[in-house]
Amino acid sequence: MENNTMKAAEKLLEVKDLKVSFYTPVGEVKAVDGISYDLKEHEVMGIVGESGSGKSVEAYSIIGLLQSPGKVIGGSIVFDGENVLEYDEEKMRQFRGNKVSMIFQNPMTCLNPVYTVGNQLMEALTCHNREIGRKEAWDRAVEMLKLVGINNAEKRMAQYPHEFSGGMRQRAMIAMALICSPKLLIADEPTTALDVTIQAQILELMKDIQKKTGMAIIFITHNLGVVAEICDRVSVMYAGQIVEQGSVQDIFYSPAHPYTRGLLRSMPRVDELEHERLIPIEGTPVDLLNPPAGCAFGPRCENCMKICLAHRPPLLDVGEDRHVSACWLHVKEMKEAQQE
Amino acid sequence: MSEMKKLLEVEHLRKYFPIKSGFFKKEYVQAVEDVSFFIYEGETLGIVGESGCGKTTLGRSILRLVEPSSGRVIYDGETIFDGEKKSQPAMLPYRTNMQIVFQDPSASLDPRMTVGEIVGEALMVHRPDLKGKAYRERINELLETVGLNSEHANRFPHEFSGGQQQRIGIARALAVEPEFIVCDEPISALDVSIQSQVVNMLEDLQAEKHLTYLFIAHDISVVRHVSNRIGVMYLGQMVEMAESYELCSRPMHPYTQSLLSAVPLPDPDKTRAKKRTILEGDVPSPLHPPTGCRFHTRCPRATEKCAQYAPEWKEYAPGHFAACHCLDEGN
Repeated sequence: MENNTMKAAEKLLEVKDLKVSFYTPVGEVKAVDGISYDLKEHEVMGIVGESGSGKSVEAYSIIGLLQSPGKVIGGSIVFDGENVLEYDEEKMRQFRGNKVSMIFQNPMTCLNPVYTVGNQLMEALTCHNREIGRKEAWDRAVEMLKLVGINNAEKRMAQYPHEFSGGMRQRAMIAMALICSPKLLIADEPTTALDVTIQAQILELMKDIQKKTGMAIIFITHNLGVVAEICDRVSVMYAGQIVEQGSVQDIFYSPAHPYTRGLLRSMPRVDELEHERLIPIEGTPVDLLNPPAGCAFGPRCENCMKICLAHRPPLLDVGEDRHVSACWLHVKEMKEAQQE
Repeated sequence: MSEMKKLLEVEHLRKYFPIKSGFFKKEYVQAVEDVSFFIYEGETLGIVGESGCGKTTLGRSILRLVEPSSGRVIYDGETIFDGEKKSQPAMLPYRTNMQIVFQDPSASLDPRMTVGEIVGEALMVHRPDLKGKAYRERINELLETVGLNSEHANRFPHEFSGGQQQRIGIARALAVEPEFIVCDEPISALDVSIQSQVVNMLEDLQAEKHLTYLFIAHDISVVRHVSNRIGVMYLGQMVEMAESYELCSRPMHPYTQSLLSAVPLPDPDKTRAKKRTILEGDVPSPLHPPTGCRFHTRCPRATEKCAQYAPEWKEYAPGHFAACHCLDEGN
């Protein structure tokens, strides 16, 4: 950790044209349909999208937790120079937890109810490093609990998950994820099940830990407020594709894709001064079993053109700092600019 | 404001749920504790609070879907619940005036009934005069009001998306032409892009049919958007209530202040510059609520007095109610 904080940020993760499909009895569902992005060290990337946009599936395939009938059918995931998709089971086990770990939405379903929290924390550590003794593992676990702001850590070690409150459980989950000092943490809606005041605590904690350890985070959420709070870069997903990606500033202050613009416009804000009518995105979310032919957002888009319904738009650079967006409008604008 | 008619008045409402703890011993979860407020006709009163603060129980006990433990509920001048009396008036005639929209649309629609049957069920009870064609027409009309169409009447709930299911739930509530609707987290189960559709629809319906809403939600940004006035609940008690702009710009109660400061804004510069009062710890159990002010265990401004005496519910500015000792001492 310490030795690479000084180095210039390097590419930690490179996802190229990743495709994940679910083969269900009623047909193939393309949950992730050709997405590419890269993540630098120490970067916090937010992935936003509605339910069913493929944001969780994408993250599960990085860490090799994709469940049947889901299957990676194309592309590559390169982490630190190695293609994760080529790992065998044993290598994957070493990779998972050691280099990349994950925290989930509902901590109660991820903690084992019949083991003490301390036991589970120590297990995570000893699994990956067999040389660590019991005493040392215990000390490290206590240290981790203290790091995530759990008081009476020694006493808490002997307690079971049900004795923890929701916020405390999420803290314990974070401690467990970080105990092997991973380089990348994938957080799948870590605050969605929590109340706002607890959410604020957890976000503060994650920001703090990120600063201390310098790990990269992929933060999956549907809450744009949380993204604005914690992320450096944002990917906006719709129907298994990345429709826009850029720095947090670009996404919030100069969104390029109609879907991103629509999302930002449709949110009520607590700091609004007078009552303004919300501008919703019309229509219903895509049915991934029968996705539209061209741009997936086409049928709901207010700027929809003929070409949008027939062909999928390419991901184009629309600004500096790797700001990309997939929309035929950009192609049209470019052509117009060239003509002039 | 003073000329406006109070449609619903709630006085010292309490709801305790008994739970068994040991042999012969009973304990009570104090879900709603001494809540008093009123709703003007035609307005939207928002109720916000964290999970377990009793906001849903409050909504349900007003409609007597759960029987309150004590207190009084007065609807349109008629007492529909009085804890001091032994027998309570029958609710059936009031059900045509008061309806509810539930949180989880997939759980609140019977999977074995068609949409037409779901929406029409209340009509069969309350409008037995509607038969045959008139009955079907009324159902189609209701479906059209919520943005669905008559073909949908023969389908089953699972064939619809979450947003559409919630529309069905709203159509069902509207079937008996109510004046007052309790919206219990109507949009929290929906996707972000669909939430605003439903919010706009609720607003349109309110303007068109002159409805009064009690809008319960945990998301203060949504409540701020739809409500005329907002009440903030903590651990079964109302801690503050005011006109919504007033409440969000000049919150008095320390809990409201920290709740507002905890909301992340979809604006990176603003949200990162925001001063936060992050509350320590978790919400205590409503089984053994703290003595005195229930918020004192997490309150950044708590004093000894707060631990001993419960603060009074007072009007500190016109229309701005709160219950906090800090406000009394003039600081």
